[in-house]
Amino acid sequence: MNTVNVKINNREYAVPANSTVLEAARYAGIDIPTLCYLKDINEIGACRLCLVEVKGARGLVTACVYPVNEGMEIFTNTPKIRNARKMNLELVLSAHKKKCLTCIRSTTCELQSLCNEYGVDEDFFKGRTNHYDLDTSTPYIVRDNEKCILCRRCVAACKNMQGIGVIGANDRGFDTHIASAFEKSLDETSCIGCGQCIVACPVGALYEKDDTAKVLEALADPTKHVVICTAPSVRATIGECFDYAPGTDVEGKMVSAIKALGFEGVYDMNLTADLTIMEEATEFLERMKEGKNLPLITSCSPGWIKYCEHYFPEFTDNLSTCKSPQQMFGAMFKTYYAEKMGIDPKDIFFVSAIPCTAKKFEVTRDHQSAAGVPDVDVAITTRELARMIKQAGIEFRTLEDGKFDNPFDIGSGAGAIFGATGGVMEAALRTAAEVIEGKKLEKLDFDDVRGTQGIKRATYKLGGKEIRVAVASGTANAKRLLESVKNGEKVDFIEIMACPGGCVNGGGQPTQPAVVRNNVNLRELRAKVLYTADKNMDVRKSHENSAVKKIYDEYFGHPGSHKAHEVLHTSYVKRGL
Amino acid sequence: MKKKLTTVAFSGTDEQKKELDELIAQHKDEKGALMPVLQGAQAIYGYLPIEVQKDIALQMGVSLSEVYGVASFYSQFILNPKGDYAVSVCLGTACYVKGSGQIMEKLESLLGIKGGEITKDRKFSLDATRCIGACGLAPVLTVNEEVYGRLTPDMLEGILKKYN
Repeated sequence: MNTVNVKINNREYAVPANSTVLEAARYAGIDIPTLCYLKDINEIGACRLCLVEVKGARGLVTACVYPVNEGMEIFTNTPKIRNARKMNLELVLSAHKKKCLTCIRSTTCELQSLCNEYGVDEDFFKGRTNHYDLDTSTPYIVRDNEKCILCRRCVAACKNMQGIGVIGANDRGFDTHIASAFEKSLDETSCIGCGQCIVACPVGALYEKDDTAKVLEALADPTKHVVICTAPSVRATIGECFDYAPGTDVEGKMVSAIKALGFEGVYDMNLTADLTIMEEATEFLERMKEGKNLPLITSCSPGWIKYCEHYFPEFTDNLSTCKSPQQMFGAMFKTYYAEKMGIDPKDIFFVSAIPCTAKKFEVTRDHQSAAGVPDVDVAITTRELARMIKQAGIEFRTLEDGKFDNPFDIGSGAGAIFGATGGVMEAALRTAAEVIEGKKLEKLDFDDVRGTQGIKRATYKLGGKEIRVAVASGTANAKRLLESVKNGEKVDFIEIMACPGGCVNGGGQPTQPAVVRNNVNLRELRAKVLYTADKNMDVRKSHENSAVKKIYDEYFGHPGSHKAHEVLHTSYVKRGL
Repeated sequence: MKKKLTTVAFSGTDEQKKELDELIAQHKDEKGALMPVLQGAQAIYGYLPIEVQKDIALQMGVSLSEVYGVASFYSQFILNPKGDYAVSVCLGTACYVKGSGQIMEKLESLLGIKGGEITKDRKFSLDATRCIGACGLAPVLTVNEEVYGRLTPDMLEGILKKYN
């Protein structure tokens, strides 16, 4: 590694030659505040919070985009800098709707914590403020532009990270605001609902549409059977809302907390992840046999589905017709289980706890109501679930570990890894390989499809036949992969997740401030929880899940059966732009 | 200032579309091509309606949001078509002091539109402009290339009549 020698606050350091002042300071153990900067995504030097002094430079410079060079002398904490940062915060605040007491981001707001650190007077500058209406047009995202500080992180997440770009800065000067072209509401655009803008937002200008009131209302209704299932990745992240370090598995406490909220049944979505694999692996083998609609592309990620429908409608026939694990659970519960227990599906209120905002859209889609009522009544994000637990006064950290409820308490290791990019592919390969080969796999780890890279490719030999697989996460990567397939790349099976890194990095996951996002590999830490869980499980293959076998024996018959198709499969539309 | 969106229906012709396609093809692989393409498109259509911006976004492989961001940023790009007669009222300092604010208000009520808009029959459009350098005649307005000075509100009806 090439290094250069710099002085930071009069102390000498050798730092990598291509680093910025912000990164160099990090090496020296100094955190420089930022509001707009997100590593590799938004490097525009706009918020001017990261101002530092560089000897010989004219004025203060923005550390996030200023490269270091040999002999540079940097100062990060002089009175001049502190005053400049403080004044910039006061200016930002002057046009910010200061409803901090009730703001959804209170205590996790990056602006709030910086103002606190710098002792800012919130009424120092009194000036004009602009009025903007809330955009509540979609079932998943709310935009409150009166709280927006124009850092453009959401714009960058949408455009640079996801390759979508349905929002941008409109107009100029004091009228500048973030919105869609021609001031259209978000539901009129080709937004896919991934929610990456929400987790990028440093303040409360973007948040999920909160559905917890509906859940609380149902819980208070004695005529309703209110049950919940939790997605594979929620147990790997919800701890972050209760001050656990990222990458802490809190499955047991999460289950206990949900039980304390009063749900009649708390179930593991890993189970329907396994069910998805049974259906999808069958579908894959059939399509391979017929050579039709290949490559098969996974359908678990509703953000990806909407992306495909808008931006690559020519690939909708390639999508697996399998419902997502969330929808499969609701559908299976309101048909099979309702019949078995003699409950009217209308009296069931099915909640799913998911890492995802796009799932709020998914529950409203057509052909997602196997029992004549919506498969899933409400989808709440990891953040909303944590909010409900806090509101109920449940001491999360002191809870004993609880267990999911019978009979939907069993998930295999294959189901567990659904929450990380490559997980669905690996789970499907484990099952497809054993079905094709007709014998037990010696090695269950398909390492080539693991890891947080945007696109992964591998070839496996199954039953004497080469199977080419590819995995993409983040829709910008999906776009790259699909363009390559359009240009003739031969692939048989593709897994796509809308969010970079998969569900562990979903738009419904706990927000983390820029300082964490920029310096910690959240995707990897969170995914590790799932791979560790998988490794420690006795059952690591979907087709060996006894609960899934029972469901087939008692209701569906076999994977891909007529009944399975009626309940567990769905259809897509070509939306276009 | 926040730009006003048009309510006028798009009426682009095949010739205009052909001209636009040629323009985009000519600039497509250049860096920073969006500005000249938008300028050219405005020269072709007289303004930049959503239909044209969408076409530009698709053909140039950028998002509509990015195109609109540029179009709404620069004051030279207009999102509303101009009428057959473009009425511009100078709101520069001298004219303003001499009462061009009232001139503007009166015109808005006579034409039934706000500044930045166009009448339904597309005959008149109304805009506020910065100083046009005719301060000696303040307050001033222009209709296309013609200049009217030393205005009082009661003169306006007569001026508009000339174009009806």
